[in-house]
Amino acid sequence: MSSPERDVNSTSPFNTVADIEATRSDRYRRLFKSNVVAPLRILITDPRGAFGLATLLTYVLAGTIGVWLIPYPENSSTILMGAFESTEHILGTNRYGADLFGLIVHATPAMLKMIAGGAVFTIIIATAVGTLSGYKGGRTDGLLMLITDSVIAIPGLPLIIVLGVIVQPTNPFVVGILISIPRWAGLARAIRSEVLSLREQSFVEASRINGLSTPTVIRRELVPNLMPFITINFVNASRGVIFGSVALYFLFILPEPDFLNWGVMMNRAYSSTGALYTWETAHWLIFPMIAIIWLSFGLIMLGQAADRIFNPRLRARHAQPDEVND
Amino acid sequence: MNWQWVTKRVLQALFTIYLVISFTFVLIRQLPGGPADYIRAQLIGSGTLSAQERERLDSLVQTYVNINPDKPLHEQYIEYMASTLQADLGQSVWHNEPVIDLIAEALPWTLFVMMTAILLSFSLGITFGALMAYTEGSRFDMGLSTTLSLFNSIPYYIVGILAVYILAYQYGWFPTSGHHSYSVTPGFNIDFIVDIFYHAALPVLSIVVTGAGGRALGMRGNSVRVMGEDYIRVAELRGLSSRRIALHYVGRNAILPMYTNFMIAIGFLFGGAVILEQIFAYRGVGLLLFESIGTRDYPLMMGSFLVITIAVVLAILIADLTYGKLDPRISAGGAR
Repeated sequence: MSSPERDVNSTSPFNTVADIEATRSDRYRRLFKSNVVAPLRILITDPRGAFGLATLLTYVLAGTIGVWLIPYPENSSTILMGAFESTEHILGTNRYGADLFGLIVHATPAMLKMIAGGAVFTIIIATAVGTLSGYKGGRTDGLLMLITDSVIAIPGLPLIIVLGVIVQPTNPFVVGILISIPRWAGLARAIRSEVLSLREQSFVEASRINGLSTPTVIRRELVPNLMPFITINFVNASRGVIFGSVALYFLFILPEPDFLNWGVMMNRAYSSTGALYTWETAHWLIFPMIAIIWLSFGLIMLGQAADRIFNPRLRARHAQPDEVND
Repeated sequence: MNWQWVTKRVLQALFTIYLVISFTFVLIRQLPGGPADYIRAQLIGSGTLSAQERERLDSLVQTYVNINPDKPLHEQYIEYMASTLQADLGQSVWHNEPVIDLIAEALPWTLFVMMTAILLSFSLGITFGALMAYTEGSRFDMGLSTTLSLFNSIPYYIVGILAVYILAYQYGWFPTSGHHSYSVTPGFNIDFIVDIFYHAALPVLSIVVTGAGGRALGMRGNSVRVMGEDYIRVAELRGLSSRRIALHYVGRNAILPMYTNFMIAIGFLFGGAVILEQIFAYRGVGLLLFESIGTRDYPLMMGSFLVITIAVVLAILIADLTYGKLDPRISAGGAR
């Protein structure tokens, strides 16, 4: 497309090319505008979408600016100060005298990295497998779906536990990827069925007849059209990474990280001596939980709003998006 | 029954099981400093060995992990496959008992808790979902939808931790660990049955509280969608009783997608057993897997992982094959 062959001497109308040539950056800018900016505008008008975006923004700000503003918590204050008792330690302190609010904020960057690593990994693998399988069909489809269906059937948590024990990852991006290993399969299946209906569309057929290679058709025709669908699933994948990483860190299956994590906090609060027999440590256990639930709830709301806006089938049938709990 | 489809599903399940067994073989065998080396190191301690000792050691390693490191790779693989398929999962290093015995003891408890939880969350979810769809747009519907979305965004283990902390340790309303009290005699008597349900209550509760919401929202969405279909209008115009429409027209069609959801839930919940059983110190396969991590008991770890996976694959297969009973289009040969 970017370098159309043209025969300068020919006067045939079939050889006319557009006067304005769209550069690659133009094309990407347009894609960005129609696939990112416009949907965001619509999302804000939906209360659930606005709530979800605000939540996401809060966590991103906490993970970027927050860690500059709030000092890294040191084990220096009074231990087990209750919540809302002092302005200095608004959420109280833990058994070691570290500020809980600081701990929660400073655990955010690593969590965002895990989400980024895991969700990007899920999306890339799932899109690659799903589009290839759906577009190619035939034997490729059969083989890819055989593997995909097998991965779907394997329970995710035990798999990542076993892998986690053996791989022992410490880098947050790698942790995110590890947690997402069982998750790409379900999405790949869903993308495949989207592609199955897309490939019958005339613009895809035209590209195929023009002799464009499979990777080109997938990249240029299929993926942009799958963007809204993929975005929604990015949200679900993120939630999976949060649940998974907190679980693994809570169970102490992964090696102790050099970053803070809500799961590690919960584990400390839960397993410190006698913690379960007293109310004094309750805030230490509950605040990281709230951090997790709020983020997860925000993502669900965002997903629901996005689903309602982008999914034409749902819009047409006047229905609540299907809630998949996983 | 569409036999071609059934055969395909069964082969698919067998392939998955084969894949998982191979995966555990690779993990045990291949990783540097991995399980096989580890067990050998555990058995030797330190010092050099004579040829005779080496041989003895290799046969010992084989009893533990079913892999004889001195044979060629393909023979190791075939032997491992053969013994695994004969339900010989090796010997636990920590407990010094055959892995399969340990698992056979624990598995029924996991099945009991998970099945109770799945059935309860689905029946509650379907009932509430239908009620919400029936009163769509009302305050009841809006309130419940939001509440359930919130519950749905809580990881089940968080509810588990709070339940054990507050209801078991702080208030002492529920036991903090175990399958049953020691005072009751195991057997088919009322006391025992009540007692095991009492001990399973909190794990089941954590799943139901967080899971039923998602089911209800799903069911609500499906029902609302079905209620907008033309055939419902036609049924109303034909003057069918609303009871008949609700049960046979809306209910049946709305439940169908829930069944697929059910299959996904099986895998999810059995996987979750690892965390829940640890929180409630409930001795099932999940707890075995968890404990084997702390003790680096690789044979037990791989064995529990295999059994959990195979249980899930079989459960999904059964659910999938019976799907035809609900949806006649499947057994008539239509592709899903």
